[in-house]
Amino acid sequence: MIDFDKWQEIFNSIRRHPLRTILTALGVFWGIFMLVLLLGAGRGLQNGVEYEFRDDATNSVWIRRGVTSIPFEGLPKGRQIRFSNEDYDLLAEHFDEVDQITGRFYLAGNQTISYGKKSLAYSVRAVHPGHRYIENSIVESGRFINETDLKDCRKVAVIGKVVQKDLFGNEPPLGKEIKIGSTIYTVVGIYSDTGGDDEMRIIYIPISTAQKIYSGTDELHQLMFTTKDMELAAIQQMQEEIREAFARRHQFDVEDRKALYIFGVAEEYQKFMNLFAAIRAFVWFVGLGSIVAGIIGVSNIMLIVVKDRTKEIGIRKALGATPRSIIAMILQESILITSVAGYLGLLAGVGVISLMEAIAVEYFRNPRVDLGVGAIATLVLVSAGALAGLMPARKAARINPVVAMREGGG
Amino acid sequence: MIRLRNIRKSYKTGYNQLEVLKGIDLDIESGAFTSIMGSSGSGKSTLLNIIGILDEYDQGDYLLDGKMIKGLSQTEAAQYRNQFIGFVFQSFNLLPFKTAQENVALPLYYQKIDRKKRQALALEYLDMVGLADWAEHLPNQLSGGQQQRVAIARALITQPKVILADEPTGALDSATSYDVMELFKKVNREGMTVIIVTHENDIAAMTHRIIRLRDGVIESGAAAVSANS
Repeated sequence: MIDFDKWQEIFNSIRRHPLRTILTALGVFWGIFMLVLLLGAGRGLQNGVEYEFRDDATNSVWIRRGVTSIPFEGLPKGRQIRFSNEDYDLLAEHFDEVDQITGRFYLAGNQTISYGKKSLAYSVRAVHPGHRYIENSIVESGRFINETDLKDCRKVAVIGKVVQKDLFGNEPPLGKEIKIGSTIYTVVGIYSDTGGDDEMRIIYIPISTAQKIYSGTDELHQLMFTTKDMELAAIQQMQEEIREAFARRHQFDVEDRKALYIFGVAEEYQKFMNLFAAIRAFVWFVGLGSIVAGIIGVSNIMLIVVKDRTKEIGIRKALGATPRSIIAMILQESILITSVAGYLGLLAGVGVISLMEAIAVEYFRNPRVDLGVGAIATLVLVSAGALAGLMPARKAARINPVVAMREGGG
Repeated sequence: MIRLRNIRKSYKTGYNQLEVLKGIDLDIESGAFTSIMGSSGSGKSTLLNIIGILDEYDQGDYLLDGKMIKGLSQTEAAQYRNQFIGFVFQSFNLLPFKTAQENVALPLYYQKIDRKKRQALALEYLDMVGLADWAEHLPNQLSGGQQQRVAIARALITQPKVILADEPTGALDSATSYDVMELFKKVNREGMTVIIVTHENDIAAMTHRIIRLRDGVIESGAAAVSANS
């Protein structure tokens, strides 16, 4: 733009060698295109799996009771392990790494919930306040179950958004009274959940209230907690310690895997993350491979360009072209071709990725490309091409004009 | 204009040192019309390259218009070539993808002269060699003689100190050769120093002074003759 002549020379040269230009451009285009595509697809896969995990805290540990399968110290096998508030206390008090914790008490089957004249069936979970962090429940209005609810065994309920819509329609539900079975509860909060509608068809009540009304004991059906920020190995270690503590308390063999189920989401999550690390490494390997192939292609073409233009270079030198102007002439052409081709590859890659976004498959979501990475890759290719061209260009600039002009071609 | 003192040049060929120029002493006056003759291997091409600042020499001194041409960087050499020397070659060496006018204008591009001015000057010089009507033609649309005239216009456009022509008629038939030589004569009459390297006696005979080279030394013609003899 600044130097019209220079650009004219470049376009002239490109027009004279369409095949060579297209081949160079294609190598660069393909390299960038593949890299962008691979990175985008890898990202899509990762997003997809992360989406599957979105419902629950990835650092949560779930403990479910089982039935013993090995006789232990004179006790027969086939015993049902039962949790109580003491187990909750054990976890909360003896394991420092436990962050948020809750027990769960299930009311058998679906309960009939009624408000005014409407009666519908939902499942009811009795929980501790910490439950909202483990299920990633989002309190939309009002509040979640709190400590005072537990202490006073209040008859309060937190309802999911779907329940709210079904029961109340447009009526504001906070403070209203609903009937769960035959007991009246006051609605104190509404929550939503990213896990979908089914996760919002649940009613939460204080666990102490449920134990008092529906069981008369301090039984718990399930225990869940989140860990503080810690390594997977430490979480696994902690899970083993929990198993040992529970084995001592409930008198079962530590090796009896059927007596107690401990499931760490982090462990599952980590497996996927490891898989992604591997996929990412692979993607980069293949992507860089295609970039390297592009670089080699550009270098080859540059060698041919210089060889092809030897005579022209000789003539120009005889007429007073400085070595610098010869090098610039060759490099500018290569840089122009590679940057345009790289840019087009970037555009095409992004275009295909956005088409892929329309495909909604499980474990594949929002394939996205880091445009910065694409731009850097293009830049690397352009400069590598220029660098590859620099050697033959410098050689060409040193050529003796008389010798160069005797050579054929031009 | 040109002063060569004890110029020596040798090339390495394998293990041997091949001495091509064995002490050349030569003076060429401003405005002279000179030819250099010699069989192949006599060193005339090497001498031409040295005079044309296309090659370096090992020993001696070379003064061009009072300037010492020695130990120049590639860039300096290119600039001197551009300013001081106009080349004409046997095979014309026009850029095949540029029109006659663009070819003539090319040396001015390397002087960073504005495009419009360049093109106007090029047309002027094409007119001088009688090819103004062919300005828009590509080299392959021109005859050999026409191409060489374009090349001469290109050599002249920078108003150099010296025109160096390397076998300028080597690729032309004799009638065309004489036309081209007429042009050189005309250019010389207007004051330009012209040096022609040739192996054709009749071409050399048209110049005012003939220098004969043999085995790297000047055999005859070393003494300067008056330009207008």
